Amino acid sequence: MRQRTMEIVVGAFVLAGCGALLFLALQVSGLTPQAAEPTYKVYANFNDVGGLAVRGQVSMAGVTIGRVTGIKLDPKTYQARVEMEINKSAEIIPTDSSAIIRTAGLLGEKYVDVSVGADQSYMKDGDTFYGTQSALNIERLISNFASGK
Amino acid sequence: MIDRLATIGRGTFDILASLGRSSEFLVRSLIAVPRPATGLPLLVKQIYAVGVLSLAIIVVSGLFIGMVLGLQGYNILTDYGSEQAIGQMVALTLVRELGPVVTALLFAGRAGSALTAEIGLMKATEQLSSMEMMGVDPLRRVIAPRFWAGFITMPLLAMIFSVVGIWGGMLVGVDWLGVFEGSYWANMQSSVDFGEDVLNGVIKSIVFGFVCTWIAVYQGYDSVPTSEGISSATTKTVVYSSLAVLGLDFILTAVMFGDI
Amino acid sequence: MTSESTFIDIQNLVFLRGERRIFDGLSLQIPRGKVTAIMGPSGTGKTTLLKLIGGQLRPESGRITVDGICVHKLRRSALYDLRKRMGMLFQSGALFSDISTYENVAFPLRVHTKLPEDMIRDIVLMKLEAVGLRGARDLMPSELSGGMTRRVALARSIALDPELIMYDEPFTGQDPIAKGVLVEMISKLNRSMGLTSVLVSHDVPESLSICDYACIVSNGQVIGAGTPEELQDNPSERVQQFLQGKPDGPVPFHYPAEPIAEDLAGGAQR
Repeated sequence: MRQRTMEIVVGAFVLAGCGALLFLALQVSGLTPQAAEPTYKVYANFNDVGGLAVRGQVSMAGVTIGRVTGIKLDPKTYQARVEMEINKSAEIIPTDSSAIIRTAGLLGEKYVDVSVGADQSYMKDGDTFYGTQSALNIERLISNFASGK
Repeated sequence: MIDRLATIGRGTFDILASLGRSSEFLVRSLIAVPRPATGLPLLVKQIYAVGVLSLAIIVVSGLFIGMVLGLQGYNILTDYGSEQAIGQMVALTLVRELGPVVTALLFAGRAGSALTAEIGLMKATEQLSSMEMMGVDPLRRVIAPRFWAGFITMPLLAMIFSVVGIWGGMLVGVDWLGVFEGSYWANMQSSVDFGEDVLNGVIKSIVFGFVCTWIAVYQGYDSVPTSEGISSATTKTVVYSSLAVLGLDFILTAVMFGDI
Repeated sequence: MTSESTFIDIQNLVFLRGERRIFDGLSLQIPRGKVTAIMGPSGTGKTTLLKLIGGQLRPESGRITVDGICVHKLRRSALYDLRKRMGMLFQSGALFSDISTYENVAFPLRVHTKLPEDMIRDIVLMKLEAVGLRGARDLMPSELSGGMTRRVALARSIALDPELIMYDEPFTGQDPIAKGVLVEMISKLNRSMGLTSVLVSHDVPESLSICDYACIVSNGQVIGAGTPEELQDNPSERVQQFLQGKPDGPVPFHYPAEPIAEDLAGGAQR
């Protein structure tokens, strides 16, 4: 009888621990169970990614449509080549859209904002953005302003 | 001079000897897994003693630490006008560091010392000897279930600690200081990574659970069977476990988050 | 020397604890089916001797054989098998404090046998009946008196019907009634179960009243051995001092020191 109560309490304890792990996974780290949504890859070349990080958001009109999956230097053009995975459900980016690196808030994270173009055809897997706008570098901005350029 | 060298040398050998003994002890109790039929009830009993009875102190401490983090974080972040990042700060601090470390320290004080004292008393009252004389290996019957219980319990306690702390941070940040609840969670979710942060924290607590229980049961098993012996073994358990946890935490953090 | 009737044979046993020689060439034979008392002053390592026989400690040199098996050369599993044939009653009783009296007596049965629960119950109740504590089966060890603790421990050590039972200071700290009960029980058990009993004690009258054979150990060696009657007539001064409890004799009353006059004078000078 006592042994049985103890077993029940211990079972509840283990369950609470597993529940805690589940909570940490879903609520705290935002791991979604249906993360396996099909995606496609697009690329963009920036002159300066200044602070954009892998796993950064890609959004369109403020809605997250994908993630940054890789950033590397293109040895020919000396530009940064950013690889992004976009959800299949958002395969409606016009080919003349441009990618802009923006900052969330004044000091927040950098993310890629897709500025929607007007073309009738959409970007496909492996395509590269036609136009880009690099990260706003506050330091450079201030120094430009100060030197009157 | 020679005397001093001799003392240092003897001290070194003493340390090596106790390290050797405790390793042998560790290996012997790890391979001494009891049969499931007898072992499982023993394990359940120990998980109850080690884990469930530590739950109260873990939950209360977690709540207060989360609340303090919320309050302090708010005070600092509000200077930069980014108090909505409070969720991110509370969660990362708890999941990566404070959850595993504070749980391990509390565990050493609450459960570790109890384990040492219990085993030490069993030794002093000849219960371990009489078990041996009955042809039962005390490592298998007494030590192994306690060892595994600590090993299993620690990560569970650490995760419960983190969750309660995050909830405490929300209590202060959202309900009291008026940070918008949506941004509390959204900031947290965008910055906490499951593999990088949560799982590394769990790995830390598994390592701490292993080390703390090892120290506790070994100190009890190796104690001098007198009242002074047991009291000094209990003290040693708390001191050694705390130092081991803090030192290991630095090493693990450097390996996990230090980019080396 | 080893014959059919010798159960435990100890030859030239040397055992060191730190720098101190606890046993220095001790030789002893314990006959099968008899009660043997090992007596000696406190601190002569009588308990250590039992632990050596049980294989919990290893001798520096010498041989200990139990029923022809050399104890300290056995592998762990063989040693544990041998121990199932031995029972030991510890000085403190050494009951497991977290389980009841009943469970304590059932413990060796549960671990070493696969008997069904109702059979275990019968055996436990019989053993508890033998020590007169069947009514106390649901008490926890902390609720038992000192004498009862030892009786329960005795029931536990005979649960597996061993061939050898070792008593470590069974009479120490017991009131006269409890002592009487234990004396009665030890001799009764020995006769009814035909087991070999080894009794370690410094209570001379109780020990001599039940043993068939006794030996006195002092300074790591046997100083006198024989039946109780032979011991009473032993000419050795040390044996007589111990048996009669004389305060001074070959075992000196004073701890070794310089003469008191010198010591006092020296103190005055300082």
